[in-house]
Amino acid sequence: MISVYHYMSVSAILFAMGTYGVLTRRNAIVIFMCIELMLNSVNLTFIALSNHLQNMDGQIFVFFVMTVAAAEAAVGLALMIAFYRNRESIDVDNINLMKL
Amino acid sequence: METIFFYLVALVAVVSGFLVIRCQSPVNSALGLVNTFFCLAIFYVMLHAPFMAAIQIMVYAGAIMVLILFVIMLLNLGTEARKSYTHGIVWSAIASLAVLFNVIYFIKRGRVTGAEGDITDFTVQSVGHVELIGKTMFTEFLLPFEIASILLLVAIVGAVVLAKKEV
Repeated sequence: MISVYHYMSVSAILFAMGTYGVLTRRNAIVIFMCIELMLNSVNLTFIALSNHLQNMDGQIFVFFVMTVAAAEAAVGLALMIAFYRNRESIDVDNINLMKL
Repeated sequence: METIFFYLVALVAVVSGFLVIRCQSPVNSALGLVNTFFCLAIFYVMLHAPFMAAIQIMVYAGAIMVLILFVIMLLNLGTEARKSYTHGIVWSAIASLAVLFNVIYFIKRGRVTGAEGDITDFTVQSVGHVELIGKTMFTEFLLPFEIASILLLVAIVGAVVLAKKEV
Protein backbone atom coordinates (compact mmCIF):
# COMPACT_ATOMS: atom_id res chain seq x y z
CA MET A 1 0.00 0.00 0.00
CA ILE A 2 1.25 3.46 -0.90
CA SER A 3 1.60 5.75 2.10
CA VAL A 4 2.28 9.45 2.41
CA TYR A 5 5.95 8.66 3.01
CA HIS A 6 6.34 7.28 -0.50
CA TYR A 7 5.02 10.49 -2.01
CA MET A 8 7.27 12.56 0.23
CA SER A 9 10.30 10.50 -0.80
CA VAL A 10 9.56 11.10 -4.50
CA SER A 11 9.15 14.78 -3.70
CA ALA A 12 12.48 14.86 -1.83
CA ILE A 13 14.28 13.26 -4.77
CA LEU A 14 12.78 15.76 -7.22
CA PHE A 15 13.67 18.66 -4.90
CA ALA A 16 17.29 17.52 -4.59
CA MET A 17 17.54 17.19 -8.37
CA GLY A 18 16.17 20.70 -8.77
CA THR A 19 18.76 22.00 -6.30
CA TYR A 20 21.54 20.32 -8.25
CA GLY A 21 20.26 21.83 -11.50
CA VAL A 22 20.05 25.34 -10.05
CA LEU A 23 23.61 25.09 -8.74
CA THR A 24 25.24 23.61 -11.86
CA ARG A 25 23.50 24.94 -14.96
CA ARG A 26 24.54 28.24 -16.51
CA ASN A 27 21.63 28.88 -18.87
CA ALA A 28 19.23 31.15 -16.99
CA ILE A 29 16.11 29.58 -18.51
CA VAL A 30 17.21 26.09 -17.47
CA ILE A 31 17.84 27.40 -13.94
CA PHE A 32 14.33 28.80 -14.06
CA MET A 33 12.94 25.40 -15.09
CA CYS A 34 14.82 23.74 -12.23
CA ILE A 35 13.15 26.19 -9.84
CA GLU A 36 9.79 25.17 -11.31
CA LEU A 37 10.75 21.54 -10.65
CA MET A 38 11.45 22.37 -7.00
CA LEU A 39 8.14 24.23 -6.66
CA ASN A 40 6.32 21.25 -8.11
CA SER A 41 7.96 18.81 -5.72
CA VAL A 42 6.76 20.99 -2.85
CA ASN A 43 3.27 20.97 -4.37
CA LEU A 44 3.33 17.17 -4.34
CA THR A 45 4.22 17.24 -0.64
CA PHE A 46 1.37 19.66 0.07
CA ILE A 47 -1.21 17.52 -1.69
CA ALA A 48 0.04 14.26 -0.18
CA LEU A 49 -0.14 15.72 3.33
CA SER A 50 -3.52 17.30 2.61
CA ASN A 51 -4.82 13.89 1.60
CA HIS A 52 -3.22 12.21 4.59
CA LEU A 53 -4.55 14.70 7.15
CA GLN A 54 -7.93 14.96 5.43
CA ASN A 55 -7.58 18.73 5.45
CA MET A 56 -8.24 21.02 2.48
CA ASP A 57 -5.78 23.79 3.39
CA GLY A 58 -2.77 22.23 1.67
CA GLN A 59 -4.50 22.23 -1.68
CA ILE A 60 -5.34 25.93 -1.34
CA PHE A 61 -1.64 26.54 -0.74
CA VAL A 62 -0.84 24.66 -3.93
CA PHE A 63 -3.19 27.06 -5.67
CA PHE A 64 -1.23 30.05 -4.35
CA VAL A 65 2.10 28.43 -5.23
CA MET A 66 0.86 28.09 -8.80
CA THR A 67 -0.18 31.76 -8.80
CA VAL A 68 3.25 32.84 -7.61
CA ALA A 69 4.92 30.56 -10.17
CA ALA A 70 2.91 32.14 -12.97
CA ALA A 71 3.81 35.66 -11.82
CA GLU A 72 7.44 34.60 -11.49
CA ALA A 73 7.43 33.14 -15.00
CA ALA A 74 6.07 36.35 -16.52
CA VAL A 75 8.48 38.69 -14.72
CA GLY A 76 11.50 36.38 -14.96
CA LEU A 77 11.15 35.79 -18.67
CA ALA A 78 10.69 39.54 -19.27
CA LEU A 79 13.93 40.10 -17.33
CA MET A 80 15.70 37.50 -19.44
CA ILE A 81 14.53 39.14 -22.67
CA ALA A 82 15.75 42.53 -21.43
CA PHE A 83 19.08 40.98 -20.43
CA TYR A 84 19.46 39.19 -23.76
CA ARG A 85 18.88 42.47 -25.58
CA ASN A 86 21.83 44.03 -23.75
CA ARG A 87 24.27 41.12 -23.62
CA GLU A 88 23.31 38.78 -26.50
CA SER A 89 23.31 35.80 -24.14
CA ILE A 90 21.53 34.58 -21.02
CA ASP A 91 24.52 32.82 -19.53
CA VAL A 92 24.49 33.57 -15.79
CA ASP A 93 28.29 33.95 -15.86
CA ASN A 94 27.73 37.15 -17.83
CA ILE A 95 25.41 38.65 -15.23
CA ASN A 96 28.04 40.79 -13.51
CA LEU A 97 26.76 44.32 -14.02
CA MET A 98 26.58 44.99 -10.29
CA LYS A 99 30.06 43.64 -9.63
CA LEU A 100 32.70 46.16 -8.59
CA MET B 1 -1.52 -2.97 -8.75
CA GLU B 2 -1.57 0.56 -7.37
CA THR B 3 1.90 0.05 -5.93
CA ILE B 4 3.35 -1.05 -9.28
CA PHE B 5 1.67 1.90 -10.97
CA PHE B 6 3.04 4.29 -8.35
CA TYR B 7 6.59 3.05 -8.80
CA LEU B 8 6.28 3.23 -12.58
CA VAL B 9 5.05 6.84 -12.52
CA ALA B 10 7.67 7.78 -9.91
CA LEU B 11 10.39 6.28 -12.10
CA VAL B 12 9.19 8.25 -15.12
CA ALA B 13 9.01 11.45 -13.04
CA VAL B 14 12.54 11.04 -11.69
CA VAL B 15 14.00 10.12 -15.09
CA SER B 16 12.39 13.12 -16.75
CA GLY B 17 13.57 15.33 -13.89
CA PHE B 18 17.05 14.00 -14.59
CA LEU B 19 16.61 14.95 -18.25
CA VAL B 20 15.69 18.49 -17.16
CA ILE B 21 18.98 18.95 -15.36
CA ARG B 22 21.23 17.09 -17.81
CA CYS B 23 20.01 17.89 -21.35
CA GLN B 24 22.24 20.26 -23.29
CA SER B 25 19.44 21.84 -25.32
CA PRO B 26 16.94 23.97 -23.34
CA VAL B 27 14.07 22.69 -25.50
CA ASN B 28 14.79 19.11 -24.42
CA SER B 29 14.88 20.25 -20.80
CA ALA B 30 11.51 21.94 -21.25
CA LEU B 31 9.98 18.77 -22.72
CA GLY B 32 11.36 16.73 -19.81
CA LEU B 33 9.79 19.21 -17.42
CA VAL B 34 6.40 18.85 -19.16
CA ASN B 35 6.73 15.07 -18.73
CA THR B 36 7.42 15.55 -15.00
CA PHE B 37 4.33 17.78 -14.71
CA PHE B 38 2.17 15.08 -16.26
CA CYS B 39 3.55 12.48 -13.83
CA LEU B 40 2.77 14.81 -10.92
CA ALA B 41 -0.76 15.26 -12.27
CA ILE B 42 -1.14 11.47 -12.19
CA PHE B 43 -0.01 11.53 -8.56
CA TYR B 44 -2.63 14.17 -7.77
CA VAL B 45 -5.33 11.97 -9.28
CA MET B 46 -4.08 9.08 -7.16
CA LEU B 47 -4.29 11.36 -4.11
CA HIS B 48 -7.98 12.14 -4.80
CA ALA B 49 -7.35 15.71 -5.96
CA PRO B 50 -8.65 15.73 -9.57
CA PHE B 51 -9.12 19.50 -9.79
CA MET B 52 -5.48 20.02 -8.83
CA ALA B 53 -4.45 17.58 -11.56
CA ALA B 54 -6.51 19.54 -14.07
CA ILE B 55 -5.01 22.90 -13.18
CA GLN B 56 -1.56 21.32 -13.01
CA ILE B 57 -1.90 20.35 -16.66
CA MET B 58 -3.68 23.52 -17.76
CA VAL B 59 -1.67 26.12 -15.86
CA TYR B 60 1.77 24.52 -15.66
CA ALA B 61 2.04 22.32 -18.73
CA GLY B 62 -0.30 24.50 -20.75
CA ALA B 63 0.51 28.09 -19.85
CA ILE B 64 3.85 28.39 -18.07
CA MET B 65 5.73 25.86 -20.18
CA VAL B 66 4.38 27.35 -23.40
CA LEU B 67 5.64 30.74 -22.20
CA ILE B 68 9.08 29.28 -21.45
CA LEU B 69 9.26 27.45 -24.79
CA PHE B 70 8.16 30.63 -26.52
CA VAL B 71 11.02 32.59 -24.94
CA ILE B 72 13.53 29.83 -25.74
CA MET B 73 12.54 29.93 -29.39
CA LEU B 74 12.35 33.75 -29.45
CA LEU B 75 15.90 34.07 -28.15
CA ASN B 76 17.06 31.21 -30.42
CA LEU B 77 19.14 29.54 -27.71
CA GLY B 78 21.42 26.77 -28.86
CA THR B 79 23.17 24.22 -26.72
CA GLU B 80 25.27 25.85 -24.07
CA ALA B 81 29.02 25.63 -24.40
CA ARG B 82 30.30 23.02 -22.00
CA LYS B 83 32.98 24.36 -19.71
CA SER B 84 34.74 22.20 -17.19
CA TYR B 85 33.81 23.56 -13.79
CA THR B 86 34.43 20.32 -11.97
CA HIS B 87 34.68 21.75 -8.47
CA GLY B 88 31.36 23.53 -9.02
CA ILE B 89 29.70 20.26 -9.98
CA VAL B 90 31.27 18.45 -7.01
CA TRP B 91 30.13 21.07 -4.50
CA SER B 92 26.66 21.20 -6.02
CA ALA B 93 26.38 17.42 -5.87
CA ILE B 94 27.45 17.48 -2.22
CA ALA B 95 24.92 20.22 -1.40
CA SER B 96 22.02 18.52 -3.14
CA LEU B 97 22.88 15.12 -1.67
CA ALA B 98 22.97 16.77 1.77
CA VAL B 99 19.50 18.18 1.12
CA LEU B 100 18.28 14.76 -0.02
CA PHE B 101 19.82 12.99 2.95
CA ASN B 102 18.36 15.46 5.42
CA VAL B 103 14.87 15.24 4.00
CA ILE B 104 14.86 11.44 3.67
CA TYR B 105 16.23 11.13 7.21
CA PHE B 106 13.48 13.29 8.65
CA ILE B 107 10.83 11.51 6.59
CA LYS B 108 12.04 8.13 7.87
CA ARG B 109 12.43 9.23 11.47
CA GLY B 110 9.48 11.57 11.83
CA ARG B 111 5.78 10.99 12.04
CA VAL B 112 3.25 13.06 10.13
CA THR B 113 1.06 15.18 12.37
CA GLY B 114 -0.93 18.35 11.89
CA ALA B 115 -4.39 19.87 12.06
CA GLU B 116 -6.66 17.05 10.95
CA GLY B 117 -9.84 17.86 9.09
CA ASP B 118 -12.92 15.86 8.23
CA ILE B 119 -12.60 15.68 4.45
CA THR B 120 -12.29 12.00 3.64
CA ASP B 121 -11.97 10.43 0.21
CA PHE B 122 -15.65 9.59 0.41
CA THR B 123 -16.54 13.27 0.94
CA VAL B 124 -14.45 14.26 -2.04
CA GLN B 125 -16.23 11.72 -4.20
CA SER B 126 -19.75 12.54 -3.02
CA VAL B 127 -19.57 16.36 -2.72
CA GLY B 128 -17.04 17.04 -5.44
CA HIS B 129 -13.51 18.32 -5.29
CA VAL B 130 -14.15 21.66 -7.02
CA GLU B 131 -16.95 22.50 -4.62
CA LEU B 132 -14.79 21.72 -1.58
CA ILE B 133 -11.91 23.83 -2.93
CA GLY B 134 -14.26 26.70 -3.74
CA LYS B 135 -15.89 26.66 -0.33
CA THR B 136 -12.54 26.73 1.44
CA MET B 137 -11.04 29.35 -0.85
CA PHE B 138 -13.89 31.83 -0.73
CA THR B 139 -14.53 31.62 2.99
CA GLU B 140 -11.34 30.94 4.95
CA PHE B 141 -8.83 32.09 2.33
CA LEU B 142 -10.65 35.06 0.83
CA LEU B 143 -8.03 37.67 1.74
CA PRO B 144 -5.06 35.68 0.32
CA PHE B 145 -7.10 35.13 -2.82
CA GLU B 146 -7.56 38.88 -3.30
CA ILE B 147 -3.87 39.51 -2.56
CA ALA B 148 -2.98 36.92 -5.21
CA SER B 149 -5.03 38.87 -7.74
CA ILE B 150 -3.08 42.03 -6.89
CA LEU B 151 0.17 40.05 -7.26
CA LEU B 152 -0.87 38.91 -10.73
CA LEU B 153 -1.73 42.49 -11.71
CA VAL B 154 1.68 43.70 -10.53
CA ALA B 155 3.35 40.86 -12.45
CA ILE B 156 1.51 41.79 -15.66
CA VAL B 157 2.50 45.46 -15.38
CA GLY B 158 6.08 44.56 -14.45
CA ALA B 159 6.46 42.16 -17.37
CA VAL B 160 5.18 44.75 -19.83
CA VAL B 161 7.47 47.46 -18.45
CA LEU B 162 10.53 45.18 -18.41
CA ALA B 163 10.02 43.85 -21.93
CA LYS B 164 9.56 47.32 -23.46
CA LYS B 165 12.17 48.61 -25.86
CA GLU B 166 14.42 50.76 -23.70
CA VAL B 167 15.19 49.68 -20.19
